[in-house]
Amino acid sequence: MDAILLQVLNGLDKGSAYALIALGLTLIFGTLGVVNFAHGALFMIGAFCAVTLSRILSFSFEVLDETQKDFLGNPLKVKTPYVESWFGPEVGASIIDWAVPLAILFSIPIMVAFGFIMERGLIKHFYKRPHADQILVTFGLAIVLQEVIKYFYGANPIPTPAPDAFKGSFDFGLLIGFAENAIIYPYWRMIYFVFSLLVIGGVFAFLQFTTFGMVVRAGMADRETVGLLGINIDRRFTIMFGVAAAVAGLAGVMYTPINSPNYHMGMDFLVLSFVVVVVGGMGSLPGAVLAGFMLGILESFASMNQIKSIIPGIDQIIIYLIAIIILLTRPRGLMGRKGVMEE
Amino acid sequence: MFGLSKTDTRFLLIVICLTLATPILLQPFPEGSGLAQFNAGYPDLMQRFAIFGIFAIGFNILFGLTGYLSFGHAAFLGVGSYSVVWMYKLLDYNVLWGLPLAIVVSGVFALLIGIVSLRRTGIYFSILTLAFAQMMFVISYSDLLGRFVGTSITNGETGLQVYTSDPQVLLGATEPNVPHLFGIVMRENFWQPNIGGWEFTFNNGYYFCAVIAILAFYLSLRIFRSPFGMMLRAIKTNQTRLNYTGLNTRPYTMAAFVISGMYAGLAGGLLAAMDPLAGAERMQWTASGEVVLMTILGGAGTLMGPVLGAGFIKYFENIFSKINDNVLHGWFAWMPDGLEDFIVTILHPFVGKGWHLTLGILFMLVVIFLPGGLVEGGSRIMHFIKRDRKAKGRDPEHHPEHIAYVAEKEEF
Amino acid sequence: MSILEVKNVNKRFGGLQALGDVNLSVQEHSVHAIIGPNGAGKSTLLNVLVGKLIPDTGSVMFDGQSVLGRKPHEINQMGISRVFQTPEIFGDLTVKENVLIPCFAKRDGAFRMHAFETVANEKAINEQAEAMLEDVNMLDKLDMPAESLSRGDKRRLEIAMCLSQQPRLLLLDEPTAGMARADTNNTIDLLKEIHEKRDITIAIIEHDMHVVFSLAQRITVLAQGTPLVEDTPDNIKGHPKVREAYLGEAH
Repeated sequence: MDAILLQVLNGLDKGSAYALIALGLTLIFGTLGVVNFAHGALFMIGAFCAVTLSRILSFSFEVLDETQKDFLGNPLKVKTPYVESWFGPEVGASIIDWAVPLAILFSIPIMVAFGFIMERGLIKHFYKRPHADQILVTFGLAIVLQEVIKYFYGANPIPTPAPDAFKGSFDFGLLIGFAENAIIYPYWRMIYFVFSLLVIGGVFAFLQFTTFGMVVRAGMADRETVGLLGINIDRRFTIMFGVAAAVAGLAGVMYTPINSPNYHMGMDFLVLSFVVVVVGGMGSLPGAVLAGFMLGILESFASMNQIKSIIPGIDQIIIYLIAIIILLTRPRGLMGRKGVMEE
Repeated sequence: MFGLSKTDTRFLLIVICLTLATPILLQPFPEGSGLAQFNAGYPDLMQRFAIFGIFAIGFNILFGLTGYLSFGHAAFLGVGSYSVVWMYKLLDYNVLWGLPLAIVVSGVFALLIGIVSLRRTGIYFSILTLAFAQMMFVISYSDLLGRFVGTSITNGETGLQVYTSDPQVLLGATEPNVPHLFGIVMRENFWQPNIGGWEFTFNNGYYFCAVIAILAFYLSLRIFRSPFGMMLRAIKTNQTRLNYTGLNTRPYTMAAFVISGMYAGLAGGLLAAMDPLAGAERMQWTASGEVVLMTILGGAGTLMGPVLGAGFIKYFENIFSKINDNVLHGWFAWMPDGLEDFIVTILHPFVGKGWHLTLGILFMLVVIFLPGGLVEGGSRIMHFIKRDRKAKGRDPEHHPEHIAYVAEKEEF
Repeated sequence: MSILEVKNVNKRFGGLQALGDVNLSVQEHSVHAIIGPNGAGKSTLLNVLVGKLIPDTGSVMFDGQSVLGRKPHEINQMGISRVFQTPEIFGDLTVKENVLIPCFAKRDGAFRMHAFETVANEKAINEQAEAMLEDVNMLDKLDMPAESLSRGDKRRLEIAMCLSQQPRLLLLDEPTAGMARADTNNTIDLLKEIHEKRDITIAIIEHDMHVVFSLAQRITVLAQGTPLVEDTPDNIKGHPKVREAYLGEAH
């Protein structure tokens, strides 16, 4: 029992990332009818927002400290981050320590603006073009974005740790009545999972309980009719693109402590997220979330030693296998509406 | 001739001449001159032109004609390479055994993947092929098949290569232990003249690839002009009508998919025929993306477009990667110092390791402004020049999608 | 002799009875019109005939063979060709290629791997296609991209494509919808000429009574998924049930 629960928990962090990216992909596909190959790049840019913020916060000035000598006997150069000199060493240090959570606030305006510019400047012109063209232009954009990031941040992964308070693990099993040390789970992964639930809940609540969301949902179901009602659906869809970009960005920001971000992390996640969207059912938001968590957890189960000893390497291909099986047996995906993209 | 119309025959002959004369045509600058770095007439690069030309020609039969955008064609490239290297390991270094096997094996893989993927169209098809290719990449990269059968199949991340312990049952005592065709060693040059400062390299491997590329091109020309090719174009424009015209679209798309998969396998096989290695990175989806780029950049659906696109990308990949800040400073040395530094700083991100950035931007520009690729660009320029003489032509603004085919009718 | 026999066909979509006990018999060499108000089930019936929908019960026999469960291309190969409400043509191909394709489909069947033949070398098929285009007065547009034709020309091209297959039954789905009066009259004349010159049966679904009464020899009136009456045009004109169906339900 505890072994099973452990695997479920282990699948949650990746599952959360899949779910968040797939959610954004589906939002864009459902509202705008565009398949966004650059969505992985948005995830990556989110992660690099966290990197950037932590660099900005650690901007330092150097002073020569005459009281200390370095090993050559010269006065030691002491680097002091500006925030430490402004807010005092303790507050400053904890601000730097909390760079990743702070990057949530930092990244939202950036990602939303980015989404707006992308939609207005590029995607807008492709609504009437064939799907292949949409795939191609967003694919081109993905290459450009990833190369730009590579140019500025280099090709190597950049470690971006979580705040000290959330480093290490805790005994999750003890909290829910298992034996001691049965389920040890890292703090940050738990936070990532809870955070993604909050974001997903927020998006659904936004769509469910606001007039804005209602119009968008109606537009997803039948764009023409809503357009006929005299509602400016285009502007709302632009905003939804911004929201989708922000969701992907947030997923990226919070993922940085789990895996050090590099310039191709977006592409790596994108392929799997597409599979997630297809499994969940193209255009179905709950399907995307469900499939995201489901595939993340299945992947974690497949990497158990007991299973790998029977079928070696199954953990690496299980997602693709499931996608193929689902498409063969249930072409519209787990929760896809009938008739959506079924041709 | 060759079952072609007069204009097509002339067109083919021109292509043959250009292909055979490539070692001369790509060395326009004398050795030692400042422009020599723009020469492309060395074996390694010319081989890649021919090989990726074949890859793109094959991809074009699927994407250019039927409009099915596969994002997983690199998988077949990898399968082809592995097949050839396996034949090296089991039999000997003669490329003749491996290449047919590469075509057959990649054809079988294409058939299996096609059976599943072609049940869907549009985005779903793209994603399915992408998923399959990525799965095959993972399988080869971690040598999962090998772990199943107990002996290495793809040799994981190291890549498959020939070891002295391999059986190589046909290997004779005098036989070269590098890839060859009945003793003609691929990596050797049969003629390397230096004529008045110009250095030309005539390489066995290049001519081997070139002959196969010409055959591949001829085959695609025949397909373009055949009823089969016409049906494929009909699939791209209106599948519904085709179904209600009594035609079953599935076998047509399947045939196109398998043919293009076999082209990719052949290209992959040739890669291993030039350099006896096969690695999983060849199957990665960025490699699939590359052939998409080539085809689109040159002009999908046109005969020459994909070849031009392949040549363009491989050439500039090579040239751009060689340009560094020193070279740039050399070019702009005539400018005032401040301006020179400024220009070099501006250009720096786009050259050297920044080639992919340039490629990405170029690709976006082509998709946005020139959906018909370089061939459409060329024909637009031709239209522009001819406009004075032929006052009223077709309106390219209203029918941009036809231009691609116009180019092919005017035999490029 | 009847060429198409529809017997007791029922089709439900969820709670909606789209077709209820439809019986229909189309006589060979006749022009048979199916009319009815919106939502009467005309399109559903047509989709059953061409294999796009499978009815819940009943049988559809074409020339003594059942069409049910067959795919659209198989039904087409049996000799039923369909003209769509908005012309379905191969927009990117030339006018001539548009007609060549059905000619090949007629000769070679649903699939043939003719990758090593050359379209231009198929003399007989080229002549056949050109003759067909001459019949519809489009010989001067052979090399134009089909997408650039006018609406009326697209319709004529689509009819020419269907006729190239020498079908025994031509199904037309509101062939003059959205057409100007002149184009409508041209289409009527073209269909009349086709019917006189060729050994063909025409079934037509139509809204425009002018078209129906100029062409049809028999008319079936559908209402709420069920055939109301079937009779000659003259009798239909004065039929009280028809008036009720049209006038009563239109409001």
